[in-house]
Amino acid sequence: MHELSITQNILDISLRAAAAQGAKRIRVIRLELGPFSGVVPECVQMYLDVLGKGTAAEGARIEARRLPLKVECRDCGAAAEIDRRHIQCPACGSLRLKRLSGRECTVESLEVD
Amino acid sequence: MEIKVLHQVMEWNQDVSAEVRKTLAENRVCLINVMGSPGAGKTSLITGLIERLRGAFSIGVIEGDITGQIDAEKIAALAIPAVQLNTDGACHIEAMSIQRILPQFDLAALDVLFVENIGNLVCPAEFDIGENFRLTVLSIPEGDDKVAKYPLMFTDTDCLVLNKCDMLPYFDFDLARVTADYRGVNPEAPQFEVSSRTGAGLDALAGHLAARIRAALA
Repeated sequence: MHELSITQNILDISLRAAAAQGAKRIRVIRLELGPFSGVVPECVQMYLDVLGKGTAAEGARIEARRLPLKVECRDCGAAAEIDRRHIQCPACGSLRLKRLSGRECTVESLEVD
Repeated sequence: MEIKVLHQVMEWNQDVSAEVRKTLAENRVCLINVMGSPGAGKTSLITGLIERLRGAFSIGVIEGDITGQIDAEKIAALAIPAVQLNTDGACHIEAMSIQRILPQFDLAALDVLFVENIGNLVCPAEFDIGENFRLTVLSIPEGDDKVAKYPLMFTDTDCLVLNKCDMLPYFDFDLARVTADYRGVNPEAPQFEVSSRTGAGLDALAGHLAARIRAALA
């Protein structure tokens, strides 16, 4: 449900970037998503199909790339990339981790004509 | 042809939340974002906290719901300024909604503004609404697996309140599991065990919040 306002923003960002380059049509919108972004690419696609009607992004395809979860251990200081389902320091096993990334939601690039 | 964009999608919400934070700081108002499932007891908890904090602070409440004004009426009955925010179907509150609703309050006369977010363990955690701190409510009947299943709600909070603890004898709820899961994703933030029905634990929670509110207003 919350993807509606996020998709509107993705569309606005993409249309502005395409217009700035004089592009006529957006074929693909590439997103980078952190594991805690809470954004479901399929939902974004569904909303884009509706919101994009009549714009340069009509019919555009969403391609999402998942980013890793980066953490720093508060006990041993190790930096690591971990799976969100196993929140533990791979070096020392501590659960006291500081999250360095994970909430990313970025329009990375566009494929345009 | 490929165009590099590299634009943060959530920036619009971050920008507005920064404006909300600035408006509140100028008026010396502390905003507390209360989140949790439908039925976790958010409204009752806020009511219990109002009783304990209203002697020291001037309090207002924004009641977020998809529709209706049942909760705002409950708060208004306490002679506390309350505004109902209806999201018309949306699953969370955004900073923009708070920005629009702030003029409904006499901010100069307020110290604390509680925002009761939409009942939902997922989406509200994604959106910064300009709060000073976040309070997550989890009630015993919801089950002890919720921290493991909805990590962000417990990772990005400043305080976990376990509500309806008078129900512990009647449910197979493993308190130690919740505490361990919570510590795993959020090692620093405190945890309180309360019952809004009996009032148990509310004084300790109110004392903690009062200290945080004073720190935010200092």
